[in-house]
Parts: sequence; structure tokens; C-alpha cells
Amino acid sequence: MSKPSFVRRAALLFGFAFLYAPIALLALYSFNASRLVTVWGGFSTRWYVSLFENEQLIASAWMSLRVAFVSALLATVVGTCAAIALTRFGRFRGRLAFSSMIYAPLVMPEVITGLSLLLLFVALDIPRGFWTVVVAHATLGMCFVAVVVHARLITLDRSLEEAAMDLGATPGRALLSVTLPLAAPSILAGYGLAFILSIDDLVIASFTSGPGSTTLPMRIYSQVRLGVTPEINAISTILIAMVALVLVAGLALGLTGRGRRA
Amino acid sequence: MNARRSLAERLVLGAPWLWLIVFFLIPFAIVVKISLSEAALAQPPYTPVFDLSDGWEALNRLGDLSLSAYAGLADDWLYAQAYWSSLRLAFISTLFTLAVAYPLAYAMARAPLHLRPILVVLAVAPFWTSFLIRVYAWITILKDEGLLNHTLLSLGLISEPLHIFASDTAVVIGIVYSYLPFMVLPLYNAIARQPPELIEAAADLGASPLAAFWRVTVPLSASGVLAGCLLVFIPAIGEFVIPDLLGGSDTLMIGRTLWVEFFDNRDWPAASAVAVVLLGLLLVPMALYERSQMAEAEA
Amino acid sequence: MSRAPLIVFENVTKRYGAVTAVDDVSFEIGAGEFFALLGPSGCGKTTLMRLIAGFETPDSGRILIDGQDMAHMPPHARPVNMMFQSYALFPHMNVARNIGFGLVQAGLPKVMIEARVRELLRLVQLDGLGARRPDQLSGGQRQRVALARALARKPRLVLLDEPLAALDRKLREETQFELMRLQRELGTAFMLVTHDQDEAMVMAERIGVMQAGRIVQAGSPRAIYEEPATRFVAGFIGEANFFEGVIERVEGGRCFVRLNGSGALAQALFVGAPSASVTLVVRPERMLLELMHDESAANLTGVVLDSAYRGDREVAQVRLADGSMVRVARFAAEAAMLPERGAQVRLSFAPEAAWVLPA
Repeated sequence: MSKPSFVRRAALLFGFAFLYAPIALLALYSFNASRLVTVWGGFSTRWYVSLFENEQLIASAWMSLRVAFVSALLATVVGTCAAIALTRFGRFRGRLAFSSMIYAPLVMPEVITGLSLLLLFVALDIPRGFWTVVVAHATLGMCFVAVVVHARLITLDRSLEEAAMDLGATPGRALLSVTLPLAAPSILAGYGLAFILSIDDLVIASFTSGPGSTTLPMRIYSQVRLGVTPEINAISTILIAMVALVLVAGLALGLTGRGRRA
Repeated sequence: MNARRSLAERLVLGAPWLWLIVFFLIPFAIVVKISLSEAALAQPPYTPVFDLSDGWEALNRLGDLSLSAYAGLADDWLYAQAYWSSLRLAFISTLFTLAVAYPLAYAMARAPLHLRPILVVLAVAPFWTSFLIRVYAWITILKDEGLLNHTLLSLGLISEPLHIFASDTAVVIGIVYSYLPFMVLPLYNAIARQPPELIEAAADLGASPLAAFWRVTVPLSASGVLAGCLLVFIPAIGEFVIPDLLGGSDTLMIGRTLWVEFFDNRDWPAASAVAVVLLGLLLVPMALYERSQMAEAEA
Repeated sequence: MSRAPLIVFENVTKRYGAVTAVDDVSFEIGAGEFFALLGPSGCGKTTLMRLIAGFETPDSGRILIDGQDMAHMPPHARPVNMMFQSYALFPHMNVARNIGFGLVQAGLPKVMIEARVRELLRLVQLDGLGARRPDQLSGGQRQRVALARALARKPRLVLLDEPLAALDRKLREETQFELMRLQRELGTAFMLVTHDQDEAMVMAERIGVMQAGRIVQAGSPRAIYEEPATRFVAGFIGEANFFEGVIERVEGGRCFVRLNGSGALAQALFVGAPSASVTLVVRPERMLLELMHDESAANLTGVVLDSAYRGDREVAQVRLADGSMVRVARFAAEAAMLPERGAQVRLSFAPEAAWVLPA
């Protein structure tokens, strides 16, 4: 079965080139001394320097990190609860509606999610700011956490939990001391996913944030609309490098998230 | 387990329930409600015609519900065109994504066993980097004075720059690129879990490698194809960032229309009506998607 | 072998990295023969079968089918069909389409395919189940579908990879006879690959025993059991007791062997050079055992450690004075019962019961 391996190698090469070439070019041109995109004006780190002098950008980056940290935490707690309910509570009443609501946000167009949450906050007369973005992101994030953790929980051998109960543990105790530790990698992956989703999001944040809670993607977006600048390349490269670092660390630890589960 | 639940169990089940009802279900009800309101130059910019705080009074005012936002949608051709063009572009993009993803997923699934986890991580990794940045990267490439035209011109392959940027083509490229991981993963899963003996059995029974591919591998990956296509098609219809950054002024997509209605025209009832109709359009594909996901998860 | 050879292996070698899975193997399978390839897991029998099917290519040597070199023949062009251990039924096709798959590939007209599929369904006793999906069938039914599918193209040779491994014991015995009946009726050559010696002994006309990539002996079940070529073969097929010793003298077509350890003098129908080291192979059912009353003629003495009743026979373990173990079996129908645990016994065997191997 080695004959068609040339075709398969070509498919891999083409596919990954398509995925990575734009990102690589972006990173490359962040070190371009020239302001023009197509002209290589020599190696320079001037855009990184000007980046760190841009206080607005720094402030919104800090805002994004805080939002992501808190919303991912909320998403992980509530999402893990949802995953446990889906896996361990049998056929409870309303299970279908429950799991439908878990899966729907994964594909729901962001403009709808953003608009509906904004209208909720307006209706409840809640001033928009840090916490409204956190809640919006946690809502999206919990669904991803639930799906990732659920996928792990259903592969866990039920008899491990039963063994714990047989040895005198209450169901709750068995869950805490056997199941959750075994599902820990997926819970961690879920947290990472929720964090990335939050830090990545433009649309929902645009709807639900208020003055003074501008996130990094919102700032980048408003700059991009004004045209391509090497400064954006620089901050993009930093973000990509951070993600790459986390991924490599995760791989080294043997914890790999699975993205949107198929 | 179904009889009496302990307090802890109720909490575990109740917390996500409550969260989803308050932050997912009720907001939709509000969207529907506001879509039935009149636009107004106020803060918030609509006149509530139906308010539950009025108690039973509200029921008497049901007749005041305004369909003017929907009438506006029906009157203006632009909306219908935006819906149609969103469906069309999402459909075309889904087909191209499938065409790019299938060979990649197939090659990944047939790679040596020890390489597969690495390939999967490589395929998913771009998803972990900012969506906005990945779309932005294509501006640099596709612009008239961008890298693609620069390269093609200097190679002498073209004499005039290609006008891809700010067109529907650029939007399709952007969607294919951004959503590729969502297509690759389900395809990969569907192909990798096929027992290799099936292909051997087909070969043993006289099928050439190509015949075995079409008659065994492809039909057995149907569930992955469906899941991947829905995973791309549904969010692509409502996509805002890609048409906004890569599309032209004539690129109509409904996510962008909604955004403009809301942020630029400040017409909240119209934006809500756009959202309600969009959701109506998505009901069937979303139901399909949910069914396939739940079948997969419970299998 | 009077029949014309269907499959010929000429010095075939297949390596995976440092491991030689098939090591310089030469053998033949006759047309219409029921051949079994028997060996422990990892002996190379699966690789050998995959070489015939075309899923692997030999590093050196030639494989001929009907006199034609298979070197550049892809699997789909070979007149050989395989029944996979996992059955490898296509889950997206019903039974009839599974069975007809090979016929569609052959480009047969639809009517002929339908007729042939019906015929095959009858042959494997699955009439009326053509519309079922594989996951709606029992294990035994799936096994039959896999067999029918492998027979559909009327191959010259059917490869059966551990065909009964997934069936329970009772069904396995029924299926053994079923396969033998089919093979006789069709006259197609079958090659059975198995690690189960009973299966090979019951079904095959000829058995090839594989060890570490080589076929160490090929012959009829009787020849392999009674005249094993090596100690491995003797130990792998059935149970065997081994006695090592040195030939003292040869007289009248038999040799006298002084056994190591016990020092007893045993006889065997064998002519060998005096002072040569040999191993005597004696099957448990050919060991003679009696309670010890006098010690005069005693040469092999021991204590019964365990005896077990197994319905059709009884078996006992005896520890000899020098510490080695001997297994003794006796058919239950024979009158005398084996002595109980702890009894002092004397063991012996007739000269014709001992098979001699060079040590």
C-alpha cells in the first residue's frame, strides 16, 4: 500500500502550506523595516517598539486577558457541571432541550448571540462593561467546555466509579475522587478553549462591551479598518507566538485539546 | 438515579440549566419581542409595545404588536438579496472547504500511526490563533498591491494585477481558510476510524485503489462530511468579520447587514427582525447538526 | 502430492526492519487442497497469508499462482480471496451488496450478480437475509456472510484468517464441519491460518507448522502428530513427554537408549549410531503406568502429583525420581482408573510408542 503515498504526501504538503503560509508571511513582515507590505526594507523591530508605546493597545490587551481569565473560569465550572449532568444523570427530564442548548451556540452565528445578549442587558438595565463581556463569553465558553469534557467522560470506564462506590464512597465522593481527576486533562483543555475563544472574540464583545471595556480584538479591528499597518503584524506575531508556546507546552505535557469536536 | 436527587446533584444540574435559560433562551425571547417593536429615536432606540411588567394589561395590548420591522424587511430588496447572497457564498465556501479538506484529512488519516496525533495538532493549531488575525493576514496577500499580485507579476504570469481583494472571491477564500480546521477534524475522525481491513477486503474482491476509495472510504465518511459541512455552512451564513474585512462594498452578507442596522442605523427592531429571520433560516441545518452531534456523542 | 501445485513459494523472505517475518520459505499448495498453516502468534503465518493475497510483497523469492509470477500483481487482480479475521464486512452495505461487491467489480451484469448472490446465500444458509445490515446479524451469521463474499468470485484459493476465532465453542465445532463440507463440494483450495491445533487437525488435509518465520514441517495431521520433525512441532501439536538419553546399542531394528537422569534403559524402533544423543518423544496416552509392587524391574518410578477426570479421558501428572514431570493420559473407556494422588507408580512405554529425534 505504498504506491499512492506520493499523492498523500502532496496533499499533506499543500494542505499545511495553505494553513500556515499566511500566518508565516504575517510574522515575517512584522520585522519589515518598510511600511509597505510588498517591499522588504530590511530587518527591523521598530514596529514592536512602537507597539509597546501604544498605551491604548496595551490597555485593551490587559482588558482582554482579564476578561478571558474570568470568563473561562466561569465557563469551566458551569460547563463541567453540564457535562456531568449529561453523562451521569441518565435520562433526566428535559435532557433533549438541555443538550440542544449546549450544542446550539457552537454553530450559532456570533451576531445573533451578541445581539441577543446585548438586548438582555438593556432590558435588565445592566450597564455594559467588564462583567457583561465576561458573562457573554462564559455563555459561549461553557458550551465548548461541556462538549469537550462530555466527550472525555463518556469514554471513562464506568466501573472505576462503581469500584469506588463499592469501596464505600458516596456517589459524590466517587465523582470527585475518581472521575474528575481522570477527566482533568479535558477540563484543562476546556479551560484553554474557553480562554482562547474569549480572547479571540470580536463580534460578541462589540455588542456587549461598554465604554472603557474595549478588548484587544476590538482595538485591532478598528485599526485594520483604517488600513494595514506593520504594527498590527507585530501584535499578531506576539499573539501567535504566545499560542504556539502554549501549544508546545501542552503537547509536551501530553494534553492536547481537540478544538471544536466533530 | 431519577428518583430523588441530593442537593449537590441538583446544584450540578441546576447551575447550567439556569445559566442557559437566563443567558441563552430569554435573550432570544427578547430579540423576538423587540423585532415586534417600533423603531424610535430614543435610548433604547425602540418603543416597547408589549411589556410583561404591565401584567394582564399587556395581553390587551397584543393587538399593538408592530410588524413594521418585518414589513421593512419584506419591502426592501436589499434584505432578500443579503439573505440569498449569504446562503450562496456560504454554500460555495462549504464546497471549496470540503474540496481542500478531504485530501488533507484523508492523507492525515492514512499517515503512519505515530505521526497522526502531531498532524491533528498541526491541523487544529491555527484555530487557536486569533480568527481576526488570520483574516487580516489575507488582506496583505490579496490586495491589488499585495503579495500574491506582486509575486505573480514579477514571475510574469500576469500582466495586470488581479482584483481579488474586496470581492466575493476574497470572502470565499477567507471562509475556506478560517473554517478549514472545522472541516478537517470531523473528516479525519470519520476516515481514521475505518478499519484498514475494509480497504484490503475491497482490494481482495477486485476493487482498484480508486474504486475502493469511492465505494468504501467515501461512503463510510459520510457522517464526517455532513458534520463538517454543517460546521462550516451554519456559522458562515452569519459571518461578519470576513465579509467586512475581505469583501467589497457590494458584498452583501446578512451578518454584516445586521451589524450595520444595529451599530450604524441604530435600528434595533430591524436588526432583531433580521436576526429572527436568519435564525428561522438556520433552524433546519441546526437541527440536522444537533442530531449528528448527539448521535456521535452518545454512540 | 499428486495434484498440480496451485500456489508455489520459492525461497520467499519478508522482513520488517530487523524482524524477519517470513524466512526463506518454500512450499506448495495443491489445487483443491485444504491446507492449514499452524503456528503460535507472531510466527509469520499472517504475513505469509498476506503475501499470497498481495497485501505484502516479498523482499526476495517468488510466489507463483497457477504457474504465474505474482511479483507485480496487485491484490485486486489475484485469483485469491480472503476471509478476514474481523470479517471486514462493509458496514454501509447490506448482506447482498457485501456478497456481490466482488462481482460488481468484475463488471458482471446485474441479473447475473443477483442470481449468484441468491445462490451463495443458499449455500451458506442465509436465505432471505440479503437485505439485512451487518450490524443486524449474529456473529455466526456475519461469519457466513464473510465466507460467501470470499467465495463469490469463484477464486482458485480461499484464505481463511482465524475464521472461527470470534465464535463460541459449540458454534465453532459446527462451523468446522460446515467449512469442510463446503470445501469438498466446491473443490476450491482453502488455506486456513490458525493458532489452534485442534482446528487444523480436524479440518485440514495437510498442515504446515510455522515457527519463527519458517515452515518447520508440512504433512498430513497424522504424520505431524506421530512423526514430528522437531521438538517444537511435537510440543505444539498435542502434548508430549520428552526423554533425553544416549544410544547404547542397536539390535534388530531397535535401539536401546540410556535415559539421562533416571538412568533407565528404554527401547525405540529406530536405527542410530551408538553413543549418539537423542530425544525420545512419547505422547501421554501412550505412557504405560502401573502401581508399584516390587522394585525389581523398575526403571522409571515416580509419584502421582495430580490426576484429573476430563470426561472422555483422565490425565495425570507424575513426578519422576529425578524431579522431571511426565504426563499420562488414559481414555476413560479403558477399564482401569488412574491411581490417585500420592500413589507410587512405575512408568514405561512400548518401543513403538517412542519417536526419536536427534538431540
